[in-house]
Amino acid sequence: MIELHQVSKRFQVAGRSIDALQPTDLTIAPGEVFGLLGFSGAGKSTLLRLINRLEEPSGGSIKVDGQELVGLAGGALRQARQHIGMIFQQFNLLSHRTALHNVEFALEVAGMPTAQRRAKAREAMAAVGLSDREQSYPAQLSGGQRQRVAIARALATSPNILLCDEATSALDPHTALSILRLLQQLNRERGMTIVIVTHDIKVANYLCQHCVVLEQGRVVDRIDMADPKPQSLLGKFFFETAKGWTDQTVLPQEET
Amino acid sequence: MTELFNALVEFGPDLWKATLDTLLMVGVTMVSALVIGTPLGVLLFTSSAGGLYPKPILNLIAGYVVNVLRSFPFIILLVILIPFSRFVVGTSIGPKAAAVALSFAVIPFFARLVEQNLRDVPRGIIDMAQACGASRSTTVFKVLLAEALPAIIGSFTVTATGFIAYSAVAGAVGAGGLGDLAIRYGYYRFETSIMVWCVVIMFVLVQLTQIAGAWVAQRLDKR
Repeated sequence: MIELHQVSKRFQVAGRSIDALQPTDLTIAPGEVFGLLGFSGAGKSTLLRLINRLEEPSGGSIKVDGQELVGLAGGALRQARQHIGMIFQQFNLLSHRTALHNVEFALEVAGMPTAQRRAKAREAMAAVGLSDREQSYPAQLSGGQRQRVAIARALATSPNILLCDEATSALDPHTALSILRLLQQLNRERGMTIVIVTHDIKVANYLCQHCVVLEQGRVVDRIDMADPKPQSLLGKFFFETAKGWTDQTVLPQEET
Repeated sequence: MTELFNALVEFGPDLWKATLDTLLMVGVTMVSALVIGTPLGVLLFTSSAGGLYPKPILNLIAGYVVNVLRSFPFIILLVILIPFSRFVVGTSIGPKAAAVALSFAVIPFFARLVEQNLRDVPRGIIDMAQACGASRSTTVFKVLLAEALPAIIGSFTVTATGFIAYSAVAGAVGAGGLGDLAIRYGYYRFETSIMVWCVVIMFVLVQLTQIAGAWVAQRLDKR
């Protein structure tokens, strides 16, 4: 369960303050796949990164499985983060470590003894279907395989929550789908809560039960994917483009 | 040709001693670079605004100290460090005293190179470490330094070869070493042969350092 209450983020850039995220309320139920939709710069990544406090909130409360993260310091925050998995657009693997050792990194951080973490990491590599590439370095893996290793690393600590920051944006459509299938499998088999940031409505359509649409740091639409009824121009645009682009497709920026 | 050979016989012991002096000076210098320059580079990087653990005032002070030290012409640094050298190594002349001054020159230089090497580690890698719940020391040692290691080895090699040549200037405080020998005998006393030998030996030292550095960096670099 993720509960955000009046969470906001304000950046100071060259003496000017910019609201990356206006005060926002958001509840994400356990076992749900939740989408954060929007164009680049809309604040969706900021919102995601507030959940594990990679971004420091300017105000509000962030509760993950009942624990308040705002105000948590040092060791307590690090401990909380170990129970929240995260994957990234650029995979962010350590280039000097093999795939298996990359997965082990998450467990090293948690202070697990070597033998135990080796076994755990092997398990996670098997879960993403990469048992045969344990000894490969990231440079020797394809983009899809790298993202699988990153997923294995996020899974290794058995978190209840997985945050995905544009996890499939750097992949070709075929590889992207295979990663989305893996995420769906993790959600169904382990009941893992997944929060996914994307600008691609296809990702949301395939994976998410609920979505919010963000525009200029504000939630402009909340959508139940079982019965999508977008209210905002941007929300409508997203669902419109799901059918493919046509000459009649209205760009929301041009209208406003 | 015979002249070169005769010079080698005549000045063999001098060349040998000069080589050892150069190795001593550069060795001490590079240990200082590693032991003090590296942590200083880490400090410059992590304490910067938007860095891992911003400490603006500390960063400002460290930055000024580094820049001030780097502004000194080396020969001036040698002279003003005479009292300090006497205090630390008990003498203000010879290779040991020169090593003190060379260390003062190398530490800020190498620190800036390390800082730059750390800056080149993708920001996302640090995000990843923090998202995993990594502590400061884990982030610095197992992530930042480990990822930048091939680049840092490269910086170390460049610095070492540079300071092999730089150590010649230290002859001004009677430091000895190959550069000093080349200047005193070869240049001032027109003993061209000995100058040639000095340059040849320095070339070999630089070449060996470069080859070793490149070999190590290449073995570590898995990108």
